[in-house]
Amino acid sequence: MDQPLILLATIIMLLPLLGAITAGLFGHRIGRNATHCITVSLVAMAFVLSMYLVKVMLLDAHPAIEGTLYTWATAGSVQFDVALLLDRLSTVMLFVVLFISLAVHIYTIGYMADDPGYQRFFSYVSLFTFAMLVLVLANNFLLLFFGWEGVGLVSYLLIGFWFNKESANQGSLKAFLVNRVGDIGFLLAIAAVLMFFGTLNYHAVFTQVPQVVSRSLALFPNYDVPVIALICFLLFIGAMGKSAQVPLHVWLPESMEGPTPISALIHAATMVTAGIYMVARMSPLFEYAPAVLSMILVIGGTTAFFLGLVALVQFDIKRVIAYSTISQLGYMAVALGASAYDAAIFHLMTHAFFKALLFLSAGSVIIAMHHEQDMRKMGGLAVHLPVTYLTFVIGGLALSAIPPFSGFFSKDAIIDAVHLSTLPGAHYAYYCVLFGAFITPLYTFRALFLTFHTRSRVEAKLRGHIHESPWVILIPLVALAIPSVFMGQMLIGPMLFAQPSLLGDSVFVLPEHNVLAQMARSYVGASKMALDAGMHLTFWFAMAGIVMAWMFIAAHPQWTEVLKRRFHWVYALLVRKFGFDDFNHTVFVKGTVELGDVCYEVSDVKLIDGVCVNGSGQAIGWLARTVRYVQTGYLYHYALSMVIGVLVFLLWFIWG
Amino acid sequence: MTISLTEFLMLAAILFGLGMAGIIINRKNIIVLLMSIELILLAVNTNFVAFSYFLGNVVGQVFVFFVLTVAAAEAAIGLAILVVLYRRRGTIEVEQLDTLKG
Amino acid sequence: MILHLIFYAYALVAVASAVMVIASRNPVHSVLSLVVTFFAMAAVWMILHAEFLALILLLVYVGAVMTLFLFVVMMISVRQESRRKGFVRYLPFGILIVALIIGLVVIGIGPERFDLSHYPAPLLPGADYNNLTQLGSILYTDYVYPFEIAGVLLLAAIIAAITLAHRGPVQRKVQNPAAQVAVRREDRIRLVNMPVEKK
Repeated sequence: MDQPLILLATIIMLLPLLGAITAGLFGHRIGRNATHCITVSLVAMAFVLSMYLVKVMLLDAHPAIEGTLYTWATAGSVQFDVALLLDRLSTVMLFVVLFISLAVHIYTIGYMADDPGYQRFFSYVSLFTFAMLVLVLANNFLLLFFGWEGVGLVSYLLIGFWFNKESANQGSLKAFLVNRVGDIGFLLAIAAVLMFFGTLNYHAVFTQVPQVVSRSLALFPNYDVPVIALICFLLFIGAMGKSAQVPLHVWLPESMEGPTPISALIHAATMVTAGIYMVARMSPLFEYAPAVLSMILVIGGTTAFFLGLVALVQFDIKRVIAYSTISQLGYMAVALGASAYDAAIFHLMTHAFFKALLFLSAGSVIIAMHHEQDMRKMGGLAVHLPVTYLTFVIGGLALSAIPPFSGFFSKDAIIDAVHLSTLPGAHYAYYCVLFGAFITPLYTFRALFLTFHTRSRVEAKLRGHIHESPWVILIPLVALAIPSVFMGQMLIGPMLFAQPSLLGDSVFVLPEHNVLAQMARSYVGASKMALDAGMHLTFWFAMAGIVMAWMFIAAHPQWTEVLKRRFHWVYALLVRKFGFDDFNHTVFVKGTVELGDVCYEVSDVKLIDGVCVNGSGQAIGWLARTVRYVQTGYLYHYALSMVIGVLVFLLWFIWG
Repeated sequence: MTISLTEFLMLAAILFGLGMAGIIINRKNIIVLLMSIELILLAVNTNFVAFSYFLGNVVGQVFVFFVLTVAAAEAAIGLAILVVLYRRRGTIEVEQLDTLKG
Repeated sequence: MILHLIFYAYALVAVASAVMVIASRNPVHSVLSLVVTFFAMAAVWMILHAEFLALILLLVYVGAVMTLFLFVVMMISVRQESRRKGFVRYLPFGILIVALIIGLVVIGIGPERFDLSHYPAPLLPGADYNNLTQLGSILYTDYVYPFEIAGVLLLAAIIAAITLAHRGPVQRKVQNPAAQVAVRREDRIRLVNMPVEKK
């Protein structure tokens, strides 16, 4: 029974690759319709197959299985395998990735209909799906890294999809470079794992943890670092890059230069959550590194609250959602830091659905507005785009954690979990996520009101041309809206509080960190939880956010101006995004340029060109000009030099 | 027979030095240059002959035989080159033969 | 003692004529002085019991090589007036160099290393001693290959000298009847088609 399941997982993994190759190499030959038919049907096939895996692994509680497809290399005792691990966590991720990917594939048919790079886009999206599946299904660090870099590559390609656009090129480059910073951490972590565990297989590493936990490494003289903490720290740096945690979040807003479908797929639902998935996957390591968990709490809390604030002053509809994504990723990181890995994956799932929904709705708006993304030029669109409006509201309510939408359950679980956590930094993170619960609806409904309500600020030439998007766009919206509404209450019980939970033994929690077990004692059922929401502070925070958004945007727009003038320095700080970009630009970009200039002037111009190239030429020229005086052309001068040589030898012979 | 080896060697040394001087001093006639070389070879041959005699080894004389052969060939070719040179340049003055000047 | 006198006499002649070789204004005199030097040195070689080589020196050098020199000197007329122009100017320097070399060599070969106590004179050879037989028996056995190579070298020198000095055959204007008979019409006549020109 084991091998057929691995084979099935392999087929699921390779189907999108087949689609990518077909669309990429033969796309222009087979035409647009054939391209999207092939890729969509392949992904749909993979999705259907993955549903069978869900049944086997989750409902029938099949134990985790591993299978080696191919041994890539053997170096001494270390073996590098292309091997898959199929357990509850990877099955959940498989399902989520394929669901969103399928929705985005279908949506793309409508969104990219007029684009000359139609086939290329399908090729990329399918390739991304393949890489993401590799990442999810890998059973060792190396294959994980392959998938990790694969999704990074496709992300780069897709952000720069409209390569004629300067800002898209800049954005893709920025995403690539910032991710490199994180990848260095990840790569070093893999090296450290190989060094101290002697293997890269997850299972083998995790079983060795009790032996390695006491080891430490003298990183600096007289300063020993526990090996596990070091590895986890480096791993989390990788996760910070991929999952856009402060201060490596700067690439995610720039990635909005890409087409909207990939913003939904890559930069909201799946790829950016790879870091969260990875930390949850490595939970047996992270559990033994409480210092790193504290760091994750602090970084996640900071990301969740402060990057949410930035979303308040953005006017690009996609950027608002992008900052909201960063903020929600901060929530997930906080859940990881509080050892509530189930809650993090739970929020990852619900977030994947409602954030993809939000993005695709925003994409529908953008299509209707003929690629206008500035919310100052929208307004009053609810009449023209009823379905889009409805789905956007559902997404917004889910994001704002209003019961009974899915976001409520996952976010509430995270806030409760971090409240119960006893690690240092948990208090800070708690207040961050608590106030974040107020900020989230504020910016979400600000965007909602600016876009769909208020009087129309649409440019005159566009008026009358705004109409609802075609059905290929609306179907994915509806398909995503349904789980966004119901998934939370369906899954919160089995996911967080059931014994065993949905993820089962895929994640590992030490008893003293197990906050979910404490929460389970007071858990009374999903519907009761939704009805009791009014007893909790978070609900009122969220409601206050919505009301405030309504007051400042819809009811009394002039209040915004007053606030802006009164707190102009806060406003300036937010508009400049806390200066991260300025800092990066001043220190890293300018610094690199200056360093390059110095290197160019000193080593290249002076040393290499001046001394080595021209200098050697001049030296030889000078030498030749000097020595040529010896070449008189007269025989007797040559003879004389011979005689003098004989003389010297004679002197040497006699007195030497 | 009481003449010592030193005396022969000194005679050869003086001839060698005179040949050397001929090369250095002579600025005009390239033929004299060739003759100076003959002088130097003569001095060297004298050394060979003297050592051959005092060491009782006839191989030294064989060597002189070969040196004479080479010297004859050298003189023949040298003079032929000289004739060609004179035909082309119209002079054999050493001071005017500075085509090799760098 | 008499041998000493003879040696020193010939040595003096050799040195004096060698000085004449390099100091003479007229190249013909130089050549003749060199001949004298060779004669004197041949006598010195006789004293060293190298009779065959001494005779070869006379026959080959004086008889052939120096004659060749004389030919060339006379064939190439050199303006002799200017010959001494550089001589005086470079004389002190030359003398210095030569004196240094001779001095150093003399120090190197001084009596403390090469006198009779270090190199005693060999016994006089017996009446049946034959320098020529001695030389020949070594030359044609142990040194037969170098001897052959020396012959080839001389041959090469002959060919080289002739090739260098040879002017090539004299060109004559003669008829070539074969070419005259074989000539065709196309070789000589070219028909040109051109429009009629008006006056």
